[in-house]
Amino acid sequence: MMAASTKIVEQEPGEIELLLPWHAAGTLNPRDSRKVEEALAHDPELARQYAVIREEYAGTIDLNESLGAPSVRAMLKLFAAIDAEPARKPRASMNMAARLAGFFASLSPRTLAWSASLGAVVLVLQAGIIAAVLMNNRPASFETASLSINEPITRDLAAASSPRALVRFAPDARIGDITALLDKYQASIVDGGKGGMFRLQFANAAMSKDEFSGLLSRLQNEKIVSLAVATP
Amino acid sequence: MASDDVLIARIAQGDRLAMQVLYGRHHVRVFRFGLRLVRDEQVAEDLISEVFLDVWRQAGKFEGRSAVSTWVLAITRFKALSALRRRKDAELDDEAAGAIEDTSDDPEVSVQKKDTSDALRRCLGGLSAEHREIVDLVYYHEKSVEEVAGIIGIPENTVKTRLFYARKKLAELLKAAGIERGWP
Repeated sequence: MMAASTKIVEQEPGEIELLLPWHAAGTLNPRDSRKVEEALAHDPELARQYAVIREEYAGTIDLNESLGAPSVRAMLKLFAAIDAEPARKPRASMNMAARLAGFFASLSPRTLAWSASLGAVVLVLQAGIIAAVLMNNRPASFETASLSINEPITRDLAAASSPRALVRFAPDARIGDITALLDKYQASIVDGGKGGMFRLQFANAAMSKDEFSGLLSRLQNEKIVSLAVATP
Repeated sequence: MASDDVLIARIAQGDRLAMQVLYGRHHVRVFRFGLRLVRDEQVAEDLISEVFLDVWRQAGKFEGRSAVSTWVLAITRFKALSALRRRKDAELDDEAAGAIEDTSDDPEVSVQKKDTSDALRRCLGGLSAEHREIVDLVYYHEKSVEEVAGIIGIPENTVKTRLFYARKKLAELLKAAGIERGWP
């Protein structure tokens, strides 16, 4: 160990050697990339080090991918904070990026709108997937994606047969609106995305059939809900 | 598909839908970068909302001199370092000690398993925050020398040498774990 440390301290990296990690990641400019490739072709020691770097590169990606993804709580917190922000007045003078955006918008507003809508749906879908994953990982309980941001509520699934509904949201429904609706109805998205339908589960397991029908009617009349039907 | 620059321009005008799309694109990487720095899932999740709230507020000032993803990672780094500073010194000391112990223990376990890739992962996790950061930015977030320099705020030559010595440290950790890779 000591000898290895001494050896390490003694070695001074060369210019090409320093660039190897970026070559492995494919982020070098063409000129530097050519220089590295030429050096690799003629220097077996450098090539050996490059092989090690590729292992590190793969290992780093592997490690980061294993970290998983954040819960929906982060998104809810963000958009609650954005909702609390003062309304923004359109700026009189736009910077280059904004002008560019305006240019693209004038060319293909439907494309951009569709991309954005798709993104919103993906986010909602993610909420459903996360909820489903939570259910799978914790057989007896899951954390809602809809109630208090700061105080997630855990409900006991084993003891409850909570009523569920399939819901399709209006295309212009915003995340903030959906979150508010879920909160209002004490509901969680437990599955979703198939055919644009989301499976909602309601917290009140003690609802009678009539009460649930009434709830579905109210849900159906919500502006951001296109369709709401009971489901097992 | 709208580019990140277009989304930022729209966000600057108060377009929440654009914000949702940008969030969808980048929040996982922001989370992972933050998590590797703060090593606390709860704190890393809190970072996400702080980072993207800054994006929402500062979008009008974004001049497009760097990629949006680079700008977002720079904000994440700043927020992560602020979060770390907010912790009590005692907590930091405990965590640092814990991290060091983990580093020395984990490779030994890996040696027993003779599992090089597992040892590599564990040793990558055992690097210092400074070294973890640069390794992640170059390998996982695929940032160029110039971009890393911009995110961390150090000269480009320092970026290159810092990664080199991070890799040396990684080699030391692996060697201590009995993993010889033919370099250095």
